[in-house]
Amino acid sequence: MQQGVTKQLSRSELIGFVLLAAFAVFATFVSAKAWTPAYAVQTSIMAWTAVICAFLLVKNYYDRPAQLPPREIDGKPNYYLGPVKFLTVASIVWGVIGMSVGLYAALELAYPHLNFSQYVNFGRLRPSHTNSVIFGFGGNILIGTSFYVVQRTSRARLAGYLSPWFVAIGYNLFLLLAISGYPLGITASKEYAEPEWYQKLLLTVVWVTYLFVFVGTLMRRAEPHIYVANWFYLSFILTIAVLHLFNSPTIPISLFSSKSYIVWSGVQDAMFQWWYGHNAVAFFLTVPFLAMMYYFMPKRAGRPIYSYRLSIVHFWALIFIYIWAGPHHLIYTALPDWVQTLGMVFSIVLWMPSWGGMINGLMTLSGAWDKLRTDPVLRMMVVALAFYGMSTFEGPVMAIKEVNGLTHYTDWVIGHVHSGSLGWVAYISFGAIYCMVPWLWNRRDLYSMKLVNWHFWISTMGIVVYISSMWVAGIMEGLMWRSYNSLGFLQYSFVDTVQAVHPLYVLRALGGAMFLSGVLIMLYNLWMTITVDETAQTEAGHPNDPALVPAK
Amino acid sequence: MSLMSKHTILEKNVILLAVAAVVAVAIGGLVEIVPLFYVKDTIEKVGSIRPYTPLELEGRDIYVREGCYLCHSQMIRPLRDEVERYGHYSLAAESMYDHPFQWGSKRIGPDLARVGGKYSDDWHRQHLQNPRSVVPESIMPRFGFLFDTPLDTTDIEAKMRVQALIGTPYTPAEIKSAKADIMTQDTTDSDGAAALAKNYPGAISRNYAGIPHQVTEADALIAYLQMLGTEVNFKTYDDKANIR
Repeated sequence: MQQGVTKQLSRSELIGFVLLAAFAVFATFVSAKAWTPAYAVQTSIMAWTAVICAFLLVKNYYDRPAQLPPREIDGKPNYYLGPVKFLTVASIVWGVIGMSVGLYAALELAYPHLNFSQYVNFGRLRPSHTNSVIFGFGGNILIGTSFYVVQRTSRARLAGYLSPWFVAIGYNLFLLLAISGYPLGITASKEYAEPEWYQKLLLTVVWVTYLFVFVGTLMRRAEPHIYVANWFYLSFILTIAVLHLFNSPTIPISLFSSKSYIVWSGVQDAMFQWWYGHNAVAFFLTVPFLAMMYYFMPKRAGRPIYSYRLSIVHFWALIFIYIWAGPHHLIYTALPDWVQTLGMVFSIVLWMPSWGGMINGLMTLSGAWDKLRTDPVLRMMVVALAFYGMSTFEGPVMAIKEVNGLTHYTDWVIGHVHSGSLGWVAYISFGAIYCMVPWLWNRRDLYSMKLVNWHFWISTMGIVVYISSMWVAGIMEGLMWRSYNSLGFLQYSFVDTVQAVHPLYVLRALGGAMFLSGVLIMLYNLWMTITVDETAQTEAGHPNDPALVPAK
Repeated sequence: MSLMSKHTILEKNVILLAVAAVVAVAIGGLVEIVPLFYVKDTIEKVGSIRPYTPLELEGRDIYVREGCYLCHSQMIRPLRDEVERYGHYSLAAESMYDHPFQWGSKRIGPDLARVGGKYSDDWHRQHLQNPRSVVPESIMPRFGFLFDTPLDTTDIEAKMRVQALIGTPYTPAEIKSAKADIMTQDTTDSDGAAALAKNYPGAISRNYAGIPHQVTEADALIAYLQMLGTEVNFKTYDDKANIR
């Protein structure tokens, strides 16, 4: 295309190559001197990844045209979609892994003989499950959609040439190290912040790059206003950085050991942990998924956002108030009472700002409600908002001290988390993925709407089975633990409750299996959407059953 | 509405928007966390809390590694049934040397904050080998492999040095004698038992896992479990003095 331009290694390619090579050598050195086999494996994974990336960098240099891709072609933004595609696929892969591990862990609780080896014991698998669904499935689709949405709503190409790829690959290397590390016994034991020091360090570098790419793209925008979805994404990136930094100051016992100790201890460590933990729920699992909602809902429904003013009010109220709610994880513990009370009060106040997002999303459908009958993708997003509304009501209720006295330490908490994560987070992500995959791969539509419908129904029923069994289990545990007999003695021993919840644990695994089946249907549907050539595909289940097309 | 129109300023400037967002999220964290470091009564004054012995510290790291905290809390709430079931409610002081804290968030199994001394070593041995041999309804995994794995003590000094750096009062002499202390504490009727108990008041020396002449990971874990919640003598502890 561009004749006469001699091909040159760009500066970032040169620096990238040197850094990768240096890192590969360094990681190999550490691996050779590692104190434990597990750490040697982890560091050599890092070394090999650096080698492979260096190779891909060189290969890309030989394959690419002389000039780096321009920001605009014929006055239209030249969107950078490669990293978005990678992140979308990674999200689905981690989702399937994480949910399968979750199902296995759930079965272990029902059938303890499944803990047949130290590497698959429940205690080692559970963080692999939580991390790969939250950070693998959730995180990848968040970064992926944010890269997509920020380009579209800014009408500008993503900032950087290699850095978006560094974010995408670096983030997934972090996930691979962390999630494969737990079965090997490498963990910092802070819930949802279990990665060890070197994994956290890698995440820090990746995250700062992510911030620069995102802000850099916003700065290039051709639109005067920053679209509302980007406020949510931006506050997500910034706050997660702050949370991560303060919950992770950890000192390794050696460069050659994966073990480290956090500088905080006891009560302060607990407060940092749940300030982090709750705001991971807030700023990882709520705020950026609202961003997703603010872009994909109006797009899919073909309606503008209901209220611009509501989005301003609930955005600022949400991010200001959410951060206070952490101590509700520590009610009746050794944390000072005044902090517990603050946490409880702000959790209740939080109810309304949370619902602001739901109201704005649902009201966006005004005049388009009929689409729910014909479009299962939109239906998924609406159900996501319904679950969002339900769990953001349930949360404040559980944060009330008297209620928390019953619910804390029980399976109700697990039920609550899953109604939020399966019902809200996963469903809004499925909605976004179903919208975005045909756009990214230039397809007219999904391979099959019928399969989306199947996915929707089987997963929804799975969620209902899951959360209702956990509600019953949780309330039963709470009541049995505190129940007294007529002589004034505790009526049940602990193990009585373990026995009593067994059938509910079986049901919960069933609910999880149903949800996972839905995801596998999605996987197949997306695979066919991407791989099947549309010109060859004539009848193969295109959009809707004719009987369901609404009368004009 | 004028305030709403002012929002346009933020909507048009990335840096301002970012700064405003960081300020909005910083306030809550600052108000709730910073006072915990200087308000004196955050951690009760209890004289008898001591750092973990090297063997207990190793045991604690195994407890962390195996993810025990995912099923067992170490935090007894001041509720009637909990106090009757598990013992005196947990004090903040009892976890002051816990890097990281192990309060937990879910009780798939019972609370362990005061499990120390509640069962015999022999019970723990059987229970770890096969939980269902002593509690038929238990759903806990087996931890028999801990009995086959010798405790790796090569890193104990490095561990204690970092602990000392972040505020655990280990003396250089204690760090130096760490490996010997591990042997001492895992030997019944050992010569150094008295000296060890002088450095670490209340530390009990005996062969925890019952395997002669070898310190296994099971020894360390049982040593840790057997000291949990035993540091404060609640017969003499004054509840009222520390009401917060």
